[in-house]
Amino acid sequence: MIIVGEKINTSRKSIAEAVEKGDASYIVKVASEQAEAGAHYIDVNAGTFLEQETESLCWLVETVQNELDLPLCLDSPNPNALSEAIKYHKGEPMINSISLETERFRTLLPVITSQPCHVVALCMAETSMPTTVEDRVRVGAELINRLTDAGIPLKKIYVDPLVQPVSVDTQMGIATLGAIAKIMNDFPGVNTICGLSNISFGLPRRHLINRSFLSLCLSYGLSAVILDPTDKQLMATLLAVEMLLNHDEYCQNFITAYQTGRISDR
Amino acid sequence: MSDLKALIEAVIKGDINSATAETQKALDSSNNAQDILDKGLIAAMDEVGVKFSKGLLFVPQMLRSARTMQECMKVLEPFFQEGDVTSKGKVIIGTVKGDLHDIGKNLVAMMMEGAGFSMFDLGVDVSPELFVQKVQEIEPDIVAMSALLSTTMPSMRSTIETLKQAGIRGKVKVMIGGAPVTDKYAREIEADCYAPDAGSAVTKAKEILGIS
Repeated sequence: MIIVGEKINTSRKSIAEAVEKGDASYIVKVASEQAEAGAHYIDVNAGTFLEQETESLCWLVETVQNELDLPLCLDSPNPNALSEAIKYHKGEPMINSISLETERFRTLLPVITSQPCHVVALCMAETSMPTTVEDRVRVGAELINRLTDAGIPLKKIYVDPLVQPVSVDTQMGIATLGAIAKIMNDFPGVNTICGLSNISFGLPRRHLINRSFLSLCLSYGLSAVILDPTDKQLMATLLAVEMLLNHDEYCQNFITAYQTGRISDR
Repeated sequence: MSDLKALIEAVIKGDINSATAETQKALDSSNNAQDILDKGLIAAMDEVGVKFSKGLLFVPQMLRSARTMQECMKVLEPFFQEGDVTSKGKVIIGTVKGDLHDIGKNLVAMMMEGAGFSMFDLGVDVSPELFVQKVQEIEPDIVAMSALLSTTMPSMRSTIETLKQAGIRGKVKVMIGGAPVTDKYAREIEADCYAPDAGSAVTKAKEILGIS
């Protein structure tokens, strides 16, 4: 299971303040906490800074990697911000994300083929959001084909089936789950990834819904996830379900997490 | 008016069977269709919007109430002449250019319709030019824009600029919303208001039009 730590996002007030003040030590602290909690990639997102996004994203990349030897997940719908930030990144970043939207695909493809990287392929079609399993699989397959044609290995592609709120349409949960299963089955070796919080928009007890959805995603074959790894309850769910699905030999990850105080059931 | 109380409760609950039966009952006891709409259905949806904004009701409940209101409207429709329903105002709504997200926009459109506004939904990826063209055609009171991406927020600014260039900015109020949008941004691009959710969109719309 590949874990992307989501906390360095300027939509969070404390992060926005740290970026504004140039408070590198706070950013490094948030990054280290996530790394210690089990993150394989640290997500960096400065989208809310609009015109200053590119500059802020580059600063975040340098700031985190000056202190931590970990790859980052460069997170922006803006291809220009990504193409700049990638220049500051050491090692292979994860680029989040490309989609079938014409302009986004066209401008981002040269960036992600210019150097080795992992790439999130978001199931957003040219002119619409997918609703059904079939929509998602069609867009996902098209993205996989185009990216592999461009020379990106299957194992470096992370298809994001797009999570939409179950509050608006109660089929949205199974639409994502079905897409995860079908994509993992049709393209052995590819990864699937998603965030969790969209699923619970418009509902109470969102953490409970997010955790439950994570369990289901894992059982349908999800291989990477964007979440807060310092949320001990969420990590407990992740590790317990991975263990129950026979992805944890001798239950070692689960037990170690317990013994080092990284999980909690309340 | 006591019979409308049951109607209001049924709409808030989203109980289609009771609500349509209560609508029929209100008609049978010779209530005026416009009154049933204003003091029954719209009053109920106003309450739903307020409770939603306060976190006392949730999106599925709001959807259910709106659906219930639509069914009640079908019962009322034969009693309205064409163009006879009093509207709170005309509103053009759309997700801005480059942005395909429609969930929030649809919720706002639904709640505003429930509050008695006439809605013209232009869909997603709406260019500034199309907004302007529709404003000229429909002459709305409000233009409502949604953006879910920080990269498409600038389309809100350019739509307002395009309205200015066409010389019609003064003729409409502009309301904006969407996850990355803030009150500060609304002031920066000289929109008339920012609405953080579907419930407040209704309240804000009434505020900027000066209606209760």
